[in-house]
Amino acid sequence: MTQHQPVLSGDQIATRPRGRLLLNVPAISVLFLWSIVPLCMTLWFSFRRYNLMEPTRTGFDGWGNYRYLLSDPGLGLAIWNTIFLLASILLITIGLGTLLAILFDQDFFGRGIARVLVLSPFFVMPTVSALLWKNMILHPENGLLAFLMRSVGLKPVDWFAVAPLTSIIVIVSWQWLPFAFLTLLTAVQSLDEERKEAARMDGAGAIAMFRYIIWPHLGRAVAATTMIETIFLLGIFAEIYVTSAGGPGFASTNLSFLIYRYVLMEYDIGGAAVAGLVAVLLANLLAFFLMRSFARNLDA
Amino acid sequence: MATIELRQIRKSFGESEILRGIDLTIRDQELTVFVGPSGCGKSTLLRLIAGLEDSTAGDLLLDGQRINHVNPARRGLALVFQTYALYPHMSVADNMSFNLKLAGVPKEERERKVAEAARILNLEALLQRKPKELSGGQRQRVAIGRAIVRNPKVFLFDEPLSNLDASLRVRMRVELTRLHRQLRATTIYVTHDQVEAMTMADRIVVLQAGSVEQIGTPMELYRQPKNIFVAGFIGSPRMNFLSATLQQNTSSGTMIAFPDGATLHVPLISKSAQAGEKVTLGLRPEHAYLAENSVLAAKVQTVEHLGPESYLHLLSRYGEAMTVRVNGETTTKVDADISVGFDPGSLHLFDKSGLAFESPSMLTTGTGVSN
Ligand SMILES: Nc1ncnc2c1ncn2[C@@H]1O[C@H](COP(=O)(O)OP(=O)(O)O)[C@@H](O)[C@H]1O
Ligand SMILES: [Mg+2]
Repeated sequence: MTQHQPVLSGDQIATRPRGRLLLNVPAISVLFLWSIVPLCMTLWFSFRRYNLMEPTRTGFDGWGNYRYLLSDPGLGLAIWNTIFLLASILLITIGLGTLLAILFDQDFFGRGIARVLVLSPFFVMPTVSALLWKNMILHPENGLLAFLMRSVGLKPVDWFAVAPLTSIIVIVSWQWLPFAFLTLLTAVQSLDEERKEAARMDGAGAIAMFRYIIWPHLGRAVAATTMIETIFLLGIFAEIYVTSAGGPGFASTNLSFLIYRYVLMEYDIGGAAVAGLVAVLLANLLAFFLMRSFARNLDA
Repeated sequence: MATIELRQIRKSFGESEILRGIDLTIRDQELTVFVGPSGCGKSTLLRLIAGLEDSTAGDLLLDGQRINHVNPARRGLALVFQTYALYPHMSVADNMSFNLKLAGVPKEERERKVAEAARILNLEALLQRKPKELSGGQRQRVAIGRAIVRNPKVFLFDEPLSNLDASLRVRMRVELTRLHRQLRATTIYVTHDQVEAMTMADRIVVLQAGSVEQIGTPMELYRQPKNIFVAGFIGSPRMNFLSATLQQNTSSGTMIAFPDGATLHVPLISKSAQAGEKVTLGLRPEHAYLAENSVLAAKVQTVEHLGPESYLHLLSRYGEAMTVRVNGETTTKVDADISVGFDPGSLHLFDKSGLAFESPSMLTTGTGVSN
């Protein structure tokens, strides 16, 4: 009987830094190619004169693109819109999601079907859902809302002209509510039943129960939902493109739509690169603050 | 001052009836243990008293007041859960004072009460910790502290020691008994472990399949189990059961016959059992000994040496398994043929429905009901 010694135990690998580094090389190089190379190219373009309409004007432009973009009145508005969209949608989806999650944690007749209905918007493609909302619900002539308003004697409103940003917030919230609902429902359901009963014995009513027991328990799920939604919502595009096209004026243009405007309306790759860098900067700033405020929750 | 009275309490979950008409009085200042096998409805009964479940029928009285529909928080009872159910995001102190905080008690008074409970339970150094930074035994004490801080009329414990390791369990058992002496509060303690029941209880309620089998002090249940279930449940190792046939009722007892015709006179009587009826003879392992010559011949199957004592696991000549407690230094070997002796006064006898035969001189044996 021979005893087989493991060739290299976990401890040995850990105590040999060079070996560890070597093993990490493939992962690091993929990550590098994946993220750093495009970023460098963007940086490169941001200093170039590069407009598809003027192919002969090339070469370095110094800070030209930056000066041009920073003087663009659309930029400030786009940054504001990006943040406003993100904050509103986060607030709505997590607020409503929590409410629904607590509701669906109770047993009621037809819960299974109701749950499928709540989840279904998530399976509709963004373009399709934007079209649905634009043509069937918010349309000033044929929309459901217009019909309802007319039937109570009100004058229908052209939502995308009057409140374009709000309309987009409603559409995107509708799409993302299922996601928030699902993650929060899982969290609510993972709450120990005996803990709730202990709180009941301690005299906690519905509000105290939510404030002191349920909400603290949801911390992690809320953090995760916020992070994931932030990643996707910073780049909302299809919903704007399909409905308001960023207008009127720049009223519903966010950063990703601004970049699109530079590239495909003005063919200005250099300008678009600068706008892209602004977007990267904004994403990193947000990520920094999110990580800081949630770090405590995540390692709890 | 707190007594609890249950009158014909019933509880069903859907079709299945879990509690089948419980009549019970929990006396003031006593530690009453509900004991029974897993799934017999102990927790359900406790939760019903706590107010976490509603009874399907029956009355629940606290100090004479019907409290069936009183909010659990207003009953003045405190429940210690099996999983402790601490609030993980709150410190030990906040866990313990959560109830007072919700009740709007001022901060100074809260701190005073928490400090007091922490002193009793030796938790002073841990007040600022979070539950996850505590050991199992410490969490257990915090859960008890949370109950003490409320100054309840009745303490309710649901298998509080079952998540602890064996040695800690023994220590906490002693500590809980001491705490009960100190606080003198009416206490209901649920466990499936008959050792916990025997060691801690002032009074034991044996439950099975949603019914009360017997109520009494630990020694009453040990000496005079009302039926075969209680006899088998109380005492460790379990009582030996041997089948026999009732041959004759006499004035001083009962003559029974073993399968091979050997007879034995048992000094116990029954009003209902008839000659020819199947009966079960009960003999506790600690009441049996090795004898020269007896009706109970057996072969040794295994010998368990525990140190201070040993257990012989036997196969009687009627083919039934038996256990006998013997001296720790016993030299008896496996496969030895032995004979089991006993004092007829220590025998138990049960009729075909499992009901115990009674002593004809119940009033003079001195094992009667104590208060
Ligand atoms: N909420 C419930 N719904 C349905 N059945 C339950 C519920 N709670 C307990 N039961 C059933 O009641 C029986 C007794 O449970 P329980 O009181 O927890 O037993 P014990 O505490 O004695 O082990 C079990 O068969 C269990 O399945
Ligand atoms: Mg139980």
